[in-house]
Amino acid sequence: MHSQTIRFIRRGELVSLGNVPPARTLLEVLREDLGCTGTKEGCGEGDCGACTVVLGEAVDGRLQYRAVNSCIKLAHSVDGLAVWTVEDLAGPDGTLHPAQEAMVRCHGSQCGFCTPGFVMSLFGVYQNYVCQGKPVTRELAQSALSGNLCRCTGYRPILDAAVEMAAVPKVGVDEAKVLAQLAQLRGSHEAAGYMAPDSLDELLSLRAAHPDAQVVAGCTDVGLWVTKQHREFAQVLDVTRARELRRIEQHPSHIVIGAAVSLSDAYDALVQDRPQLRSFAERFAGLPVRNAGTLGGNVANGSPIGDSMPLLIARGARIVLLRQGGQRELPLEDFYTGYRRNVLAPDELVGSVLVPRPQPGELLRAYKISKRFEDDISAVCLVIRMELEAGRVASIGIGAGGVAATPVRARQAEAALLGQPWTEDTARAAAEALRAEFQPISDMRASAAYRQQVLGNLVQRFWLESQGARGINLERIAIGEVAA
Amino acid sequence: MNAREGEFTAATGGGPAGAADAGERNLAPGTQSPHAPTATQPAAGRALPHESARAQVAGTATYVDDIPEVRGTLHAAPILSTVAHGLLRGVDAEAARAMPGVRGVLFAEDIPGDPVLATFVHDEPVFARDKVEHVGQVIGLVVADTVMQARRAARAVQVDIEPLPAVLDVREAHAKQSYVLPPVTVRRGEPEQALAAARHQLQGQLEVGGQEHFYLEGQVAYAVPMEQDQWHVYSSTQHPAEVQHWVAHALGLENNAVTVECRRMGGGFGGKETQAGHMAVWAALAAHKLRRPVKLRLDRDDDFLVTGKRHPFAYDWEAGFDDTGRLTGLKVAMLANCGFSADLSGPVADRAIFHTDNAYYLGDVEIRSYRCKTNTQSHTAFRGFGGPQGVILIEAILGEIARHLGLDPLDVRKANLYGVEDRNVTHYRMKVEDNILDPLITQLEASSRYRERRAEIARWNAKSPVIKRGLAITPIKFGISFTATFFNQAGALVHVFTDGSVQVNHGGTEMGQGLHTKIMQVVADELGVPFERVRCTATETGKVPNASATAASSGTDLNGRAAQFAARNVRDNLAAFVAGLDGCGAGAVSFRGGQVISPKTTRGFDEVVKSAYANRIQLWSDGFYRTPKIHYDKVTLTGRPFYYFAYGAACSEVAIDTLTGENRVLAVDILHDVGTSLNPAIDLGQIEGGFIQGIGWLTTEQLVWNDKGLLATHAPSTYKIPTAGDLPPHFQVRLWHEGNREDNVGGSKAVGEPPFMLAISVWEALRDAVAAARGDGLAPLVAPATAENVLRSLHG
Repeated sequence: MHSQTIRFIRRGELVSLGNVPPARTLLEVLREDLGCTGTKEGCGEGDCGACTVVLGEAVDGRLQYRAVNSCIKLAHSVDGLAVWTVEDLAGPDGTLHPAQEAMVRCHGSQCGFCTPGFVMSLFGVYQNYVCQGKPVTRELAQSALSGNLCRCTGYRPILDAAVEMAAVPKVGVDEAKVLAQLAQLRGSHEAAGYMAPDSLDELLSLRAAHPDAQVVAGCTDVGLWVTKQHREFAQVLDVTRARELRRIEQHPSHIVIGAAVSLSDAYDALVQDRPQLRSFAERFAGLPVRNAGTLGGNVANGSPIGDSMPLLIARGARIVLLRQGGQRELPLEDFYTGYRRNVLAPDELVGSVLVPRPQPGELLRAYKISKRFEDDISAVCLVIRMELEAGRVASIGIGAGGVAATPVRARQAEAALLGQPWTEDTARAAAEALRAEFQPISDMRASAAYRQQVLGNLVQRFWLESQGARGINLERIAIGEVAA
Repeated sequence: MNAREGEFTAATGGGPAGAADAGERNLAPGTQSPHAPTATQPAAGRALPHESARAQVAGTATYVDDIPEVRGTLHAAPILSTVAHGLLRGVDAEAARAMPGVRGVLFAEDIPGDPVLATFVHDEPVFARDKVEHVGQVIGLVVADTVMQARRAARAVQVDIEPLPAVLDVREAHAKQSYVLPPVTVRRGEPEQALAAARHQLQGQLEVGGQEHFYLEGQVAYAVPMEQDQWHVYSSTQHPAEVQHWVAHALGLENNAVTVECRRMGGGFGGKETQAGHMAVWAALAAHKLRRPVKLRLDRDDDFLVTGKRHPFAYDWEAGFDDTGRLTGLKVAMLANCGFSADLSGPVADRAIFHTDNAYYLGDVEIRSYRCKTNTQSHTAFRGFGGPQGVILIEAILGEIARHLGLDPLDVRKANLYGVEDRNVTHYRMKVEDNILDPLITQLEASSRYRERRAEIARWNAKSPVIKRGLAITPIKFGISFTATFFNQAGALVHVFTDGSVQVNHGGTEMGQGLHTKIMQVVADELGVPFERVRCTATETGKVPNASATAASSGTDLNGRAAQFAARNVRDNLAAFVAGLDGCGAGAVSFRGGQVISPKTTRGFDEVVKSAYANRIQLWSDGFYRTPKIHYDKVTLTGRPFYYFAYGAACSEVAIDTLTGENRVLAVDILHDVGTSLNPAIDLGQIEGGFIQGIGWLTTEQLVWNDKGLLATHAPSTYKIPTAGDLPPHFQVRLWHEGNREDNVGGSKAVGEPPFMLAISVWEALRDAVAAARGDGLAPLVAPATAENVLRSLHG
């Protein structure tokens, strides 16, 4: 089924909007077309969370709730979904939702401008945890609110509110009703200039027919081209609806992550295989960006400071490119040809990423260095995977970000390690090889000298961790661990 | 009158069971909320929620960009200089004018009034003319049907600029004597002789970065033309009266033609003091030219490029001291990076001088202050207003002295504290009369287990090869009052309506700090009515005129007293009326619990109001307040610029990673003086929020200008304020137990700015950790302590 208009469910009712330009954002539609000014614009780039709304989608017969940034979400992308904004939570008599009531009780709003975004992130937590009978811990709250900035409170009362909201009398969503309404909206979406087919066949044929259409997935980077570079698109091809690309397949030797799988879901799968990646995963942007963005989009976008690629390269991931009637597969590092350039042909799309499962004895560490621990972009990202046999390096993969024009594989450092005995001297030699291998730039995130120095120091950290050193990484340090 | 809650405490990390006395957040379900009207209880002293909290969480609190637009409203976007310094040879807006939706383009020649803004120094053009002086300087505006059309077209305007050499470094500016204002020197005694005679001497340099306000609501103004050349301007501003004055000045009108209104801001922090005036003037000029309502809402990137920040500072210092670390002589040169114009740099740099003592007696001292002109944004007010840049210097010096002598930095700090009977006159000749530093620090030292933890940390560091911990206590003594004495005045209006409900309006603005809530509490108690009967309305120049900026932490002190006086006038009218009815003296009539009580009869407040109206008694009044005791000579910087001081101290523990320079704040204990709290929840919010903002200034918030003068950290993607994850795992705030010794509203003290500077304890703790890692007694750390700056401080 194709619809020319954008249709979504809000406040239990169908909202139908015609003639919406393909690059119009959800925030513009909410504030300017629908007059719902409760949702705020703080930055227009998905970094402050003031514009957070919650999307509801039918997945396997259940409603899945995701907090996303409406400022960089294209309005057409919510066709067929349910949308909640801050105005939609209070009861008809004005009774506040538990997320709102808890914020009042805990003094969680001062200037109030970030508040609607926090309330919506809390609503997402409420639906996904409180309503599922799962506890909301302080750690969970910190992670779930990582994409929301507050400049007034210092966060303590807001984190208190996250815990407190479970104590307010429960309010639920009538999920059966919303699911029934969403069932009426299922299908491809194709309005003038915006194509969002729900099958891979249709997607690939549209790609071939419209090679100039702007391809988008979660739009967490392309959204900034719209808001900051003021770009307009004649045509947009949205890959996120094609069901074949939304799957994660588990195989004995590897997992296949479809290009339209969200970063949240993709990292969940990666963390399941390698629990040590949890904090690295949670440091990828903020939750609303991970909920909207896709692993395929991160990979295809190919930013030299994207955090997925060093991890995937270190793990020897392969990328599958699709076209009508054909496909090809290549090592991820070979996908990139220069700054934001890659081998993708005009009729091709990224289909999936193949990630080998961990080998017994595999040592894998992912290091991210940035000014701030949460929701920041790497100055340096370094991922090292090592397998030892009889004390020698039998297999090695090193992926690096922030050190070259593309995400890269550190081949010289790998060469300095492969076959060598794993000793402090070898580690030192590898650190020097790594420093010599790249000529990073200086920018607002870090100087070239710092990047180079830290690259080598991270190899030293890897060495120490391989020797069982604990509590040497502040990323996941616990006060007890330090104070013990 | 204030039912103070004893020692109000909040602790983090304990979850719902951990902080039983932290307001009401641990109520069991079904427990009656303390927000329910409790008519017998005074409002002041209670942890009432912010007056707008319920609207804010529901998305119904209105900010300027949310106001329903008047039909025909247009949107403006600024045309920015792309060059840091140059001759403006011409502009070509043809392409922009031809773009869809564009209704007009305006430049300096479209200004009907003075093309120079009505700032104190009168040195800043409304739109750049002839020359540009920083990247991001506004040259003109494009006005279009929609925001995005205006922004697209603004980028299509071709600006022809002949570049000139730019001064981007504050030390280079000083070397070239490039200043926005003349240097100022404060001097006492003979510091040269004192230095020469000192048993020990140290000298050094320090660089401290600026800070972007990052109010969540960006700058915005909405100018609506009214009949007979009058103007209504909705402005997100801390200073409506100044916006009114600037708009009238630029339009060539009298002030009485312009009304400025602000219901609330989405954060201000000083960034909407003068800077909001620019937006309003630009919007009004566009509205004037096009005869249509015009809204100007800056994109966040433009907001970063256009508006001023906290002043970055550089310092050279020489200190002489004895074996205990007590200062015997001090000479300081402080270079304030003011940007391209004066703005508020004079008073900011003055306050840096005033606070170079922080909590310490300086003896023979000379402070030379240079107000350097660079080709960057014009730096402006920011929470603390120069205070932080003074305080951090003396704390850095005392830390250096302690490490040099091998003493505990806290002992050196204590050795230098102001005395009570002697050593109690500041370098600007004000006697410190309300000193509580010693007992306050001593209490925090004990409650935070400072001495034990220092020993524990030293033992731990010796065994930890990669991570090093650090610990520091620093105090604050912050002067309260505008240093420009004439600003210390305020007005308010209190209306009692015939149904007994109350409306208050005053000259202060609400930016999230809870000012309106506190003032409603004061008014409720003055009239003896429940808090819920009082509402506060939008700040408006037509209601209370000539109001000072809501700044200098003084909002409640000034406006709270004015509102109290206004309410007292109404109460006096009612008391006289009741006294007449009951044949008693007016002084025998009291107001509490929603009742009016005379020796003869108790009546409901509403009933009294109704009969008073029928008897033609005035039910509304103005109130006016001016701060007593203060005076100050702005040439010699001497006198009593401050009514009183607010005090506090913080103990902070940090950890650094010596491989990467990454760092974390692990634990913070604060003891802070708010006098008798009018609202402990709001005061706690100011302390916690200010402290975390201070951590941001000193750790992750780095402003980076590239070699062309472009601010490369231009948005939250590149400029990193603290997140929820940066909240220290242990964070405990306690309030000092004494009221204000000066006669201030409700016995309270100002709280907006002082806690910000407690975060200097984090920076000193980082230096302590750096010194532990180095082992040579040095800690050459600058601010902010980014991972890179920490790593650099460990070597060389």
